[in-house]
Amino acid sequence: MGQLDKNGRRAAGPMKRAILIAMPYTWLLALFLIPFAVVFKISLSDIELSIPPYTPTMKDGLWNMLSRLDFENFVFLTQDDLYWKAYVSSLRIALISTVLTLVVGYPIAYAMARAPEQWRPTLLMLVILPFWTSFLIRVYAWIGILSNEGFLNKFLLWIGLINEPLTILNTNAAVFIGIVYTYLPFMILPIYSALDRLDGSLIEAAEDLGCSRIKAFWLITIPLSRNGIIAGCFLVFIPALGEFVIPSLLGGSGTLMIGKVLFEEFFSNRDWPVASAVAVVLLLILIIPIVLFQHNEQKQAEADT
Amino acid sequence: MTRLSLFNVVSLTFGFVFLYVPMLILVIYSFNKSKLVTVWAGFSTKWYSELLANDAFLDAAWVTVKVAVLSSSIATVLGTMAAYVLVRGGRFFGRTLFSGMIYAPLVMPEVITGLSLLLLFIGMGLDRGVLTIVLAHTTFSMCFVSVVVSSRLMTFDNSLEEAALDLGASPLEAFRLVTLPIIAPAVISGWLLAFTLSLDDLVIAAFTSGPSATTLPMKIWSSVRLGVSPEINALSTILIAMVTIGVVAASLASKQAALRAKRDEQKAARMT
Repeated sequence: MGQLDKNGRRAAGPMKRAILIAMPYTWLLALFLIPFAVVFKISLSDIELSIPPYTPTMKDGLWNMLSRLDFENFVFLTQDDLYWKAYVSSLRIALISTVLTLVVGYPIAYAMARAPEQWRPTLLMLVILPFWTSFLIRVYAWIGILSNEGFLNKFLLWIGLINEPLTILNTNAAVFIGIVYTYLPFMILPIYSALDRLDGSLIEAAEDLGCSRIKAFWLITIPLSRNGIIAGCFLVFIPALGEFVIPSLLGGSGTLMIGKVLFEEFFSNRDWPVASAVAVVLLLILIIPIVLFQHNEQKQAEADT
Repeated sequence: MTRLSLFNVVSLTFGFVFLYVPMLILVIYSFNKSKLVTVWAGFSTKWYSELLANDAFLDAAWVTVKVAVLSSSIATVLGTMAAYVLVRGGRFFGRTLFSGMIYAPLVMPEVITGLSLLLLFIGMGLDRGVLTIVLAHTTFSMCFVSVVVSSRLMTFDNSLEEAALDLGASPLEAFRLVTLPIIAPAVISGWLLAFTLSLDDLVIAAFTSGPSATTLPMKIWSSVRLGVSPEINALSTILIAMVTIGVVAASLASKQAALRAKRDEQKAARMT
């Protein structure tokens, strides 16, 4: 305690600083990083019918362990159509939903940023509020809307747009709607905060210099909100790729998503090594977007200070 | 003041209709007499009384609240420490890894987090129940807390803390007397965020809980899989009402606090 640093202040002892750093660090190492190592290890072991249903491969020395590791589960993933089809279809669904969320979310964020200043806190709260409400309930709400005798079909029949009910529930379209709906705040918020910081005089200058409104939008507004768009797209794309609740509740038997496959492999088939291998491959797919997302966040954070 | 163009008005209207109508339908039809959830048969509150008589739901609600209070409180302490370390901690060994571990859980698919934690708990021989759910929830929600708190720490003026240190406060005193009161709103909203994330979580709880602990989302999940039910509509309405009241109250309180701070600042400015 008592020692003074070069400015004459009482400096925190190096011990205290180390403790401050060590506590959250150790927690995350133990409960975030090490679990991945466990998953990786189990993905390389054999299934066994005892509980836990896998053979540990780390018992008798390193050499023995290495000689017993096998990539059987990963080979299995490439042999069974189900898995790679699920990966491809998850990527496709996540990508399409991200684009749809951007298309729906950008105009809302833009309008919020252009709204009179005194409205903005209320608008912001209205966007955040659904995010605080249970995810499960928000997905569940769409079952009653999209089903054959649901509200959407009733409404469309009533205004005479269709003559017979559309089948939406239990198709990929329902999954798209579900993802756009539940992840919309994640898209709106970063774009809004980027647009909010945008200096309006830049657009005025462009318009004064003869840019049309649309051209000014493309040349100035979009590029200057780029970081917000990137952050929003990552925040939607990455979790959507491993989504489980939405495809299970709104999707049909034809909706293949890897999160659902993993969940079923684990809980219904109780095949832990294969479920672990599925998770490892999903993680490998996600590493690039996660690193890019983190890079973008850090750049943003540094730009703010 | 900017004027809203027609396009902006249309997109705002569409956006909020899209966000709120599904929940509104849920709320309205929770008061429906009929068991058929899309046919209106008159006003009734019978689904609420049926829900309140359902012990399984009440037990699950109690487990959920217990888990949420515990995990969000631990997460707030750890997350605030992590934020302080990230913003004020300077360089230390493994800083990149540390910040990676803060940001990655924010976007990590829940199935992966849940599966990996379950396999860890089994490897350690921990009995799955309330404790393991608390550990799991603390881990991902501390990252959300730390992002919320660090954004506040970044914007506030470091010289205040330095002034306290110059005047002879120990670093701990400076944190308790100067920094903590300033970042308190962020710490509180971090706690609230952690609390709701824990209340809300289905996938990670499903992986990390055992037969002794069923949370409310797990209970909702098992009945929702069978289709729409008016009881779940009633439960949803109660949850939506609680969240709305909580969020509106919190935002009014923070608005008032901001006004008070502004008045104090003006008073201080007049005195100098």
